[in-house]
Amino acid sequence: MNRSISTLLISFIGLSAFAQANISPARKQDKRVIIMGAKLHIGNGQVIDNGYLIFDKGKITGVGDATLAKLNLTDATMINANGKHVYPGFIAPITNLGLIEYSSVKATLDHTEIGDLNPNVRALIAYNTDSKVPATLRSNGVLMAQITPEGGMLSGSSSVVQLDAWNWEDAAILKDDAQHMNWPVTPVFRSGSGRTAPTQATLKERTQKQVDILDQFFAEAKAYAETEKPEVINTRLAAMKHLFDGTQKLFISADSERDIIAAVKFAKKYGITPILVGGDEAHLVIPFLKENNITVVVKEPHSLPNSTDDDVNMPYKNAGILANAGVDVVMSMHSYWQLRNLPFMAGTVSAWGLDKEKALQIITLNTAKALGIEKTAGSLETGKDATLFISTGDALDMKTNRVEQAFIQGRDINLDNLHKQLDKKFSAKYSSQ
Amino acid sequence: MKKVLISLALIFSTTYLFAQQTYPVNGSYDIRQGTYAFTNATIVVNAAQTIPNGTLLIKGQVIQAVGTGLRIPKGYVIVDLKGKFIYPSLIDAFTDYGLPEVARTIGGARQSIFTSTKKGAYGWNEAIRPETHANAIFAADSKKADELRKAGFGSVNAVNRDGIARGTSTAVTLSDDKENNTILKAESAANYSFNKGTSQNDYPTSLMGSIALLRQTYYDSQWYGKQKEEYNISLEEFNKQQNIPQIFEADGWQNVLRADKIAKEFGKQYIIKSGGDEYQRIDAVKATGASLIVPLTFIKAYDAEDSTESRSITLAQMKAWEMAPANPAALEKAGIRFALTTHGLENVKDFWASLVLAIDNGLSQEQALRSLTEIPAAMIGITDKAGTLEKGKLANFIITSDSLFKKTNVIEENWVQGKRHILFKKDDKEKKDSLNKLSSRTEPGKQLGALIFPFTAFGNSTPLKQETVLLKNATVWTNEKEGILQNADVLLENGKIRAVGKNLSSAGAKVIDATGKHITPGIIDEHSHIAGTGGINEGAQASSAEVRIGDVINSEDVNIYRQLAGGVTTSQILHGSANPVGGQSQLIKLRWGRLPEELKFEGADGFIKFALGENVKQSNFGTGARFPVTRMGVEQTFVDNFTRAKEYKAAMAKKGNTVRRDLELDAIVEILDNKRFITCHSYVQSEINMLIKVADSLGFKINTFTHILEGYKVADKMKAHGIAASTFSDWWAYKMEVAEAIPYNGKIMHNVGITTAFNSDDAEMARRLNQEAGKAVLYGGVPEEEAFKFVTLNPAKMLHIDNKVGSLKAGKDADVVIWSDNPLSIYARAEKTFVDGIAYWDMERDAQIRTEQKAERARLIQKMKDSKAKGGKTQRPQNDAPKLYDCETLEDYSLELNELERSHAHE
Repeated sequence: MNRSISTLLISFIGLSAFAQANISPARKQDKRVIIMGAKLHIGNGQVIDNGYLIFDKGKITGVGDATLAKLNLTDATMINANGKHVYPGFIAPITNLGLIEYSSVKATLDHTEIGDLNPNVRALIAYNTDSKVPATLRSNGVLMAQITPEGGMLSGSSSVVQLDAWNWEDAAILKDDAQHMNWPVTPVFRSGSGRTAPTQATLKERTQKQVDILDQFFAEAKAYAETEKPEVINTRLAAMKHLFDGTQKLFISADSERDIIAAVKFAKKYGITPILVGGDEAHLVIPFLKENNITVVVKEPHSLPNSTDDDVNMPYKNAGILANAGVDVVMSMHSYWQLRNLPFMAGTVSAWGLDKEKALQIITLNTAKALGIEKTAGSLETGKDATLFISTGDALDMKTNRVEQAFIQGRDINLDNLHKQLDKKFSAKYSSQ
Repeated sequence: MKKVLISLALIFSTTYLFAQQTYPVNGSYDIRQGTYAFTNATIVVNAAQTIPNGTLLIKGQVIQAVGTGLRIPKGYVIVDLKGKFIYPSLIDAFTDYGLPEVARTIGGARQSIFTSTKKGAYGWNEAIRPETHANAIFAADSKKADELRKAGFGSVNAVNRDGIARGTSTAVTLSDDKENNTILKAESAANYSFNKGTSQNDYPTSLMGSIALLRQTYYDSQWYGKQKEEYNISLEEFNKQQNIPQIFEADGWQNVLRADKIAKEFGKQYIIKSGGDEYQRIDAVKATGASLIVPLTFIKAYDAEDSTESRSITLAQMKAWEMAPANPAALEKAGIRFALTTHGLENVKDFWASLVLAIDNGLSQEQALRSLTEIPAAMIGITDKAGTLEKGKLANFIITSDSLFKKTNVIEENWVQGKRHILFKKDDKEKKDSLNKLSSRTEPGKQLGALIFPFTAFGNSTPLKQETVLLKNATVWTNEKEGILQNADVLLENGKIRAVGKNLSSAGAKVIDATGKHITPGIIDEHSHIAGTGGINEGAQASSAEVRIGDVINSEDVNIYRQLAGGVTTSQILHGSANPVGGQSQLIKLRWGRLPEELKFEGADGFIKFALGENVKQSNFGTGARFPVTRMGVEQTFVDNFTRAKEYKAAMAKKGNTVRRDLELDAIVEILDNKRFITCHSYVQSEINMLIKVADSLGFKINTFTHILEGYKVADKMKAHGIAASTFSDWWAYKMEVAEAIPYNGKIMHNVGITTAFNSDDAEMARRLNQEAGKAVLYGGVPEEEAFKFVTLNPAKMLHIDNKVGSLKAGKDADVVIWSDNPLSIYARAEKTFVDGIAYWDMERDAQIRTEQKAERARLIQKMKDSKAKGGKTQRPQNDAPKLYDCETLEDYSLELNELERSHAHE
């Protein structure tokens, strides 16, 4: 089997050019495609063991059990995927992908603007489609991402993109899908931090002041949104408008039990159902989260426990604990280049207690719902975009993840990347020696 | 009578019979006899001898007689002390009394000050300041003297707490007299610490650097005595101080062991001022043979009212709160000689309350008295003058209303050098308040929680045992020519693998059914920075070959346990990458709960860290003033070091040479002699190629390139030189020099024939190196068996320990992991991890420990709440997460100590 993989790889590379600059976005789908015989991981928890999947003009037009179906094979490209797996394209939420090229080189950083209240800042326009990183993610099945600004209390708006595009306009799936807020944290002091530990009252006051600033900002933004013709145009307040009409989502980062509750209540006060990001202690407030219908975007399980005394495997178990209790969970990773490991985050969650197909959901359909793109993405269902891939094995496990072919909106994308090219270049050097 | 005494006290500010004689007097001389007879008192001569109804005669500042039925000569003022007690006044062997406050530097960036800023013929490093003599800068401080006298003290040792070699301390009385009369022993002891204090020099930045600097100073001073070219006041003074007592300030039991190790290397025995946590490893502390000066700084309870905040209090913090007051009792029980000190108390007024708490927790009154009189007197060389009430000694004593250690007792008077100080106030509110604060903590008759090893969450109260274990019917990854065996058994006995094969049996072995499981050798992390303390970078100079990670192994790091849970059994703890020639590495086994020295991998070859690239040229940190700042300079650093080392080696080889022993060059010579091996942090191909050429031209070998993310570009050259590679599976893009790092790197190097490993350099990733090996299958299709060797046999080979670990073969160490699944899979969980046949990680036991420790946490939180309810003082919970190091971590050990001290002082 190994040999067949390597020949496949070589044939792929043979077709493509030898430098990253020549990896072009794929052309529009011009012919109906039928994938036959694969195990279809729908993304909503269901599996079809021996399935067929048809897509045309970029949309999925048929999904079903291949043993029962009669299909029209004329004018279609047939892909025999017997024994292989088909997945909806994985989605990476809350990432600075394309906003950073080398994290230690300042000139390549475009992810954090200065200032506390920047709802008018838009990540989309800084998203660099020529970054060398996205192609390395596609190769492992990550096909969409929510490009998200950082910093301050209101960081700005994110947009959802697909990872095979000429420019950010092409890339956008959903522009300005959400605003991102960092809930003011009541800090816990580390021993020996040098500074005299302020009293609890001082800290509470400091946090409350920031909350007050947010509160006033939201109140004025809401009033501004209701004003037909404002006397003075305020771009910051204007940028908040769609939070109040429900067309833009609000993601709030909060980790401690107390902050989670405060953040959710704050948003509810303005008629917003927020999406919680981080939520280290979310497992302590599960009934509250369910009552308020809160989705939690968890941090990567490949993290150390928060405190010395925590179960050493708590980071692995966390997402599963929430999901098994009925909370909608989405998986995120705080990075860009490491996103090619996103599938294995879901794999880890599955290894530590969550059903495998449900674990898949936290990087597909749950994410699509949180981002507001569930009508077109997140699962292998008729009517949705044909953004999906074929892997020879279980894609959530690095031992078996082998993405052979991937489609974004029906387009058969080039799976080459800088790393494969350098591999080929130097492997060829040694094999000729 | 009282009135008489008070007026007498007023006049006492004049001169005494034994006063200094060289000072002129303004007016008529007023020299007095100072003859007193104290009668009818219970006189505690020393901890072992009490005279009921005794008499004490003093003349001037000296005791003339002690006893019963003494004849009182004429001309004595008689003081009737019926019902009262006389004790020798207390002695504190470790204070900064009467010395200028040391301005502790806080924070701030490195300044790149390479050598001493002190003008004159002193040593090169300001942290070595043996030329400081406390007696020369001592000035009596009446306010502080009064505080100490109120607590019952009569004399103290004044230590200038600044620097690594701090110079001499001076023993003084707490008299307000002219210093000429109060210094009892001008140079009572030579003093040391690991804290560079106010030194402006960047070096040392780390604890291991402090250790290296002190060791080098010993060698320098030995050399200095034999040479004639250089005059050096610091070394001269250092040599002069070697025959007086040596006091080392070392907080924390691990630092006590570290200090003692230095002492033993140079034939010394330090008196160690410790931190008060010796109870955690009392046997190891006792084994040092050192006498201790022990503080009574018992932390306040953590305020556990807020459930969110209380979650950040660690088990170790709470247990330390509960157990620290029993430390003096533990020392007494262990038979360790120790003195007690007021040092570190927020307020001297709290001294008695703390002492009472220690006594309530088992310290005997006799020991308490001895630790506050005779023992400190002996430590600072004033036994002939103080510590007991004997003829000829100073009239330093206290008069108390009752037995000294009774809670209701009041110290009424404190006589220092024959001068009376009245302390008693009718309403002794202060002491009561202070006692109340702490009494809330004692619950007589209640047992303390169990000691755990290590003293942190997941510690065990009883040591884990080596067993004979038969693992049955598993998929066994041997890493030997047998390959992967199906339905096979592994027998562990006496810490070794006894047999690997089918249908094994062993009478008396504990049988574990491993059907459906995978058994592999333990994972070996070639590049780790866990289990270290006080900084893993000594980056102030381009070469720090003299520092040793082995000096700063921290056995209490929870990351040891976390990594056992990921199947790791052996880790090479490396110096960071802040400079081209880093420090000496330490190979450890993850023997959770054992002492730092016991973690060390026995008989392993020594290694040293080198580094290239952005970090050593300080691209992203530093002042840019330390050489080198380019890859060109990096090359010359190596050329210079090895050139000097060769010359040094040649000079050392000559008979009768007087060459100064240089710890830095010693390490380089070891490399030249193939006794120490290089692990070199490296990224881009140009620098890799460069070091290979430098090595060729100067005649040394490179053992391993670590990180080596562009190894794939020069794999043929590495192969030709027999250099191993330890890399990351898929890291890239985090800095410029990894712009072309690719996940196929491992595969390419492996295919070229290089011994290839994947390492962590990260406390998190080390927990799942098996998965990283899985990525060698993902990126490039390395066969599974070979891929798993990337984290087992291959690192063993490059660390020269493949004769002991890295594969499953009879006779090798029983370092074995049981996995729930194929270990290269994301679905695999380590169920048991054996090191030397001991299951330090066991998923089932882990669940049990978590349940037990949850209950223990709840008990302690309740106890702290109770203490608060009873009026006990509390402090805010502080997050005490373990320090995480990677290659690039820079910290300043001394600055952190200073900050810690400062923040405590301002609480």
